[in-house]
Amino acid sequence: MTDFLQLAIQGVALGAIYALIALGFVIVYKATQVINFAQGELVLLGAYLVYAFNQTALPFAVSVALAVVVMAGLGWAIERTILRRMVGKPVFAVVMITIGLAIVIRQVVAAAWGFEDLLLGEPWAASRIQVGELGVNVTSLVTIASAGLLLALFFVFFRFTRAGIGMRATAIDQEAALAVGIPVRGVFAQAWMIAGGIAAIAGVFLVAFPATLHPGVGFTALRAFPAAIVGGLDSVGGAVVGGILVGLVEVLVQGYQPQVAPWLGNNFHVAAAYLLMIVVLVVRPYGLFGTRVVERV
Amino acid sequence: MSRAPSPLASIPMLRRIDGLRTTYADELALIRGVGGWAGLIGLAALYVATPLVIDDFWLSVMSFTAIAAIAAIGLNLLTGFTGQVSLGHAFFLGLGAYTAGYLGGELKLPVLVWLPAAGVLGALVGLLIGPFALRLRGLYLAIVTLGLVFVGEHIFLNLRQITGGPQGRAVPSPTIGGLNFADLGTSLGLPLTREQSFFLFVVPLLALAALAAKNIVRSRPGRAFQAIRDREIAAAIIGVDRARYKVAAFAVSSFYAAAAGALYGSYLRHITPGQFDLGPSIQYVAMIIVGGIGTVYGSIAGAFFLVLIPRVVEALSPAIPFVSHSATGSGVTLVVLNQLIFGALIVLFLVFEPLGLSGIWSRLRTYVKTWPFSY
Repeated sequence: MTDFLQLAIQGVALGAIYALIALGFVIVYKATQVINFAQGELVLLGAYLVYAFNQTALPFAVSVALAVVVMAGLGWAIERTILRRMVGKPVFAVVMITIGLAIVIRQVVAAAWGFEDLLLGEPWAASRIQVGELGVNVTSLVTIASAGLLLALFFVFFRFTRAGIGMRATAIDQEAALAVGIPVRGVFAQAWMIAGGIAAIAGVFLVAFPATLHPGVGFTALRAFPAAIVGGLDSVGGAVVGGILVGLVEVLVQGYQPQVAPWLGNNFHVAAAYLLMIVVLVVRPYGLFGTRVVERV
Repeated sequence: MSRAPSPLASIPMLRRIDGLRTTYADELALIRGVGGWAGLIGLAALYVATPLVIDDFWLSVMSFTAIAAIAAIGLNLLTGFTGQVSLGHAFFLGLGAYTAGYLGGELKLPVLVWLPAAGVLGALVGLLIGPFALRLRGLYLAIVTLGLVFVGEHIFLNLRQITGGPQGRAVPSPTIGGLNFADLGTSLGLPLTREQSFFLFVVPLLALAALAAKNIVRSRPGRAFQAIRDREIAAAIIGVDRARYKVAAFAVSSFYAAAAGALYGSYLRHITPGQFDLGPSIQYVAMIIVGGIGTVYGSIAGAFFLVLIPRVVEALSPAIPFVSHSATGSGVTLVVLNQLIFGALIVLFLVFEPLGLSGIWSRLRTYVKTWPFSY
């Protein structure tokens, strides 16, 4: 039972990170109908920026804040210089552009910081809290708490602020949004800024202890894809549910599969997230909370 | 497509070279005019001359290009002609490569068996993926195929009896009886190296693959594919069986990929699971983007371009001042530079030349044909 609880907390913590990354996908997808394959690399770059700022003796919190601002700026720049040219082009082309961007960002990171494992240098580091037999990494708790707070902020943002309501309106119908005076271009830029900023935060938790910082982290972040898809690409709530579901499945499979079903092979948890996604899509083609697209002739 | 008549086209001889399209049959024709035939004969002559003229290094570029082009044509049939985005193409290459390794290596079957068998197995697995394409739209499908890559990599790593696990496995040379296509020198008693032999072996296969693809796209199924790509609902209304043709596109594309994978494995002699993950999948998509979406010759051009670039960068790298040659450290290493160029190419082509190399080619053609009244 203790084992299970420990794994469950780990799973929820990982799920919270996936939820944050998936939120990046969802926000951009809702506003612009583009799946941003570069989100994983934005997460990677965000984490490296936090590391770099922290190296210059800035306090950790300031480093994170700076990284968020820089990443938001980068998100804005990407939208402004590249994706805005692609409005109205086939979705496939736009998605491939984000894949190209992902490759470029990954190589820039590799060129700037190399391939060795780095330690992020978060203040809580490797400390653990012991409650009876249950030992939990502080990282897990900080992750769950911060992700919960951030997600709550997003719900408030989408529900009550002008900008948030504008984004929801644009997601539902761009032309109608334009007609009532919502600056749709501004909304696109905002969506990318949020995606960039949130990537930096997700990056911090993704590479905090016991993980390390290296260019391969971008691929780990790809595992947030199943999270976004399971929840439904255009549902913020879905990103949270999908993220936690995928995180739990991954950690529990990692914990139990070697004993229960060793015939499934090593590292089955990596494939498990994608299998979960495929199964969900067979039953619900638009994810658990996604909007069904109705074809009209 | 109607073009402005060129003054040159009024000269009968030139019209025959150009192959003016005046009827619907012309539009469907495989080889148009004298120019078409001349081009074909030129290509055949090149095929015979190339291995005698260029060295082994460039022959290996050509062989890799031919193999990659077969896979790229397959992907173009699916993505370029039918509009179904697949990020899982490398999985099917892996499937074909391991099938070839098992059938040729363990069961000692000849190439005449393992090459088609790899393709057929690929097509069968493609058929299994097809139904997803019926239920899922656009990007959801792309991500399912992305999942396929990871599930596939897991299988390649863990099905050790067949795949050899992380160490990979050997794939045999293509042989029929005593005839070894990777070593025609010894088999036929001619002074041919392995590279020359392999070039002579794979290029006709590419020609066959291109011809088959051309025949698919200019006949009924190809028209159905393109109708589905352009507007699915409209296609269904005019009587295109969406389910049938989407599944067929997946099967055909997977056949191409798996057959190319079998050749790739046989050429490399040894394969590991890492060769069939997400990276190569993206490379194949990049090939059809750079070459030209929805064209057969564009797939070949794109494959050539993307096989060539890393070699050129490598050859030029001593002359580029900022490239560092350490394997692990920071700085711009060769691998980093190659990937950087690769990523930038995808972005730049999509932004500035969405039709790819084939778009540039057809603009050039139009310029020459309508000269001196080009606009």
